[in-house]
Amino acid sequence: MLIGQVAGEIFSTINHPVLDNWRLLVVDRLDETGAPTGGYLIALAAVDAGVGQRVLVLDEGNGARQVLADPTAPVRSVVVGVVDSVDLA
Amino acid sequence: MLLGKVIGTVVTCEVYDGLAGVPMLVVQPLTKAQQPKGESIVCADATQMAGPDELVYYEGGREAALALRETFVPVDHTIVGIVDGVHLAAENMEE
Repeated sequence: MLIGQVAGEIFSTINHPVLDNWRLLVVDRLDETGAPTGGYLIALAAVDAGVGQRVLVLDEGNGARQVLADPTAPVRSVVVGVVDSVDLA
Repeated sequence: MLLGKVIGTVVTCEVYDGLAGVPMLVVQPLTKAQQPKGESIVCADATQMAGPDELVYYEGGREAALALRETFVPVDHTIVGIVDGVHLAAENMEE
């Protein structure tokens, strides 16, 4: 999983049927200190996250298919948590 | 998934089993601010509707094949949706 920050949202009507009724979030990747790495990804919102929030993103297909409860869903990235804080040792 | 812009079409004369009839499009990967980034790739098109100049999002890896009707096929990137709009917070627009 990785930590990201929600930068925005994508709207789409023509899409794979599996993606119907899911919010698509543009998520910036962050490093462990909370600084943007420059990368981003588009992830399904399995939790109610909004723009500006730091989130926990699952970037792995099997787990994503488990979240969607669909063994053939073509999805890899899912927002699975909203981050309160990160403490580094 | 990442954003991309369709910049061309690929016409095949012979394809691996299961890929017949699957549109193949040349896609330029984009940043979230829709600036080109990296080399272009060829994507299968699960929407069957994307065309040149369209803004799309695509999935890579094993999940790319799952988006197609035939799910055990050799593809590595597949367009799964056509973008109507991208709404970004203001500070993300430049880049």
